[in-house]
Amino acid sequence: MKRVYVNEKWCLGCHLCEYNCAYANSGIEGMAKALRGKKITPNIIVEQDGDINYAVSCRHCKDPICVKSCISGALSIEDGAVKINHEKCVGCLTCVLSCPYGCIREGEHGAVTKCELCLENSCGEPACVKGCPNRAIIYEDRG
Amino acid sequence: MKSYVIIGNGAAAVGAIEGIRSVDKKGDITVISKEPCHVYARPLISYLLEGKTDLKRMLYRPEDFYEKNGVKVLYGESAAEIDVKNKTVKLESGKEISYGRLLNASGSSPFLPPMKGYKSVPKAHSFMTLADAMDLEKDLSPETRVFIVGAGLIGLKCAEGILERVKSVTVCDLAPRVLSSILDGDCAKLMQTCLEEHGVKFLLGDTVSEFSGNKAFMQSGSIVEFDVLVTAVGVRANTSLVKNAGGEVNRGIIVDERMKTSLKDIYAAGDCAESFDITSGTKKVMAIMPLAYMQGHCAGVNMAGGDEKIDNGLPMNSIGFFGLHCMSAGSYTGECYEEKGERSIKRLYTEDGLLKGFILIGKCDRAGIYTSLIRNRTPLSEVDFEALKISPALAPFGKGYRLKKLGEAV
Repeated sequence: MKRVYVNEKWCLGCHLCEYNCAYANSGIEGMAKALRGKKITPNIIVEQDGDINYAVSCRHCKDPICVKSCISGALSIEDGAVKINHEKCVGCLTCVLSCPYGCIREGEHGAVTKCELCLENSCGEPACVKGCPNRAIIYEDRG
Repeated sequence: MKSYVIIGNGAAAVGAIEGIRSVDKKGDITVISKEPCHVYARPLISYLLEGKTDLKRMLYRPEDFYEKNGVKVLYGESAAEIDVKNKTVKLESGKEISYGRLLNASGSSPFLPPMKGYKSVPKAHSFMTLADAMDLEKDLSPETRVFIVGAGLIGLKCAEGILERVKSVTVCDLAPRVLSSILDGDCAKLMQTCLEEHGVKFLLGDTVSEFSGNKAFMQSGSIVEFDVLVTAVGVRANTSLVKNAGGEVNRGIIVDERMKTSLKDIYAAGDCAESFDITSGTKKVMAIMPLAYMQGHCAGVNMAGGDEKIDNGLPMNSIGFFGLHCMSAGSYTGECYEEKGERSIKRLYTEDGLLKGFILIGKCDRAGIYTSLIRNRTPLSEVDFEALKISPALAPFGKGYRLKKLGEAV
């Protein structure tokens, strides 16, 4: 299935993906209106290792330990993608304690937030990939 | 055609159903469910009373789960006996069900220590099942004074769940601190302070010497007057079915790493089973839901003829009270690295070049990176642990790890 992969050689460390992600998942029209003055909780975060930057988001693991660990049944696998049902999630954060990549975060309204490949929002394809100015984030099938 | 019978209808049973179906799409699966309802998320009963979930949302799997997986559920039926010779399960109702492979996922039951005068208490509850929560709810009003015996995970979640709906909540525990099974002194104190700030009262290092109606006479000499009592002292593994059938049991049912018991074609998973804790090197009952699911899944795969084993189990808990989160994992042995803030504590325990356990309160972001170090038994010499200590991230794992994890399907 198609997943988000990173090409760290090309990452500029501009953090645009974080803003595009937060905007795509805000449900609000207009980027300025959605993000101005707000502390964003994007589902992708840019890490730095010396001179190298790279974006980290949910790996949509083939055998996701977060789904197995979820105590409420809010996390599930749909066509290979790991989805979160915000209505069911009570914010116990057991998934945060389980994810080996640190890719699930506490969200705004008591539920956790994670990358759903923008399949659930109006973007329809990963906004981080779409907006990356240097093709350092790619959406493709690598098995 | 293969036939699978599962005793129990909790997380381990669901894991087993999904495990079986990952290998065998056709075999008959029968679930014996003591509770007369679709599988729900047990730890959510406190959230239900708090109004943060409801009966529909707290279902652990979608409503069509059994149907989609071709599972027959016998609601309201209890297993009475396993007949190993004839490979049948006898039910309390008198019915008999034959099995090809059997999973005992019978969970645990609240432990009620002998307490003098307990029977004189007019309104006494446990807090484990949905029925317990619904029964308790009927006895709650803005005038109710609730007394909870047990300041562990269950007792305190109950306290949080009902606090806004009642007049007062008092919690006692024989241990001198709250959450004594997962937290040490300072960490427990921080959680206690948070609960106290929201109005929960504590009597710690104290226990009931006698109940008389709506009064509890404490060992310390103090008297607690209450309207409703909740006991949450602990749970005991339900081992009797396997034990009576001649299977090996300790505090929990003894299983191998494929979740097989000592009895032919019988497996066990979840709160009723003992399993290996890689951080302490001992077998014990780790009654936690993620592990119950994983054990069930493992058992299911093996029952269906596949091959799965669990060799990386560890105790872990994530729990929050009034917005203050607390995570713990593994064993607290060896050298301790500590960071303390006003409302936060981080403790990382290292021994023999491995991360063995941790406690995080307040700041829990990306905690799973620490958990994975424990679970994978990653030699700390292979990572930049000095950097990881301060902030969990992928960078300290080095370029090779990162390229693989972020550049390949994992």
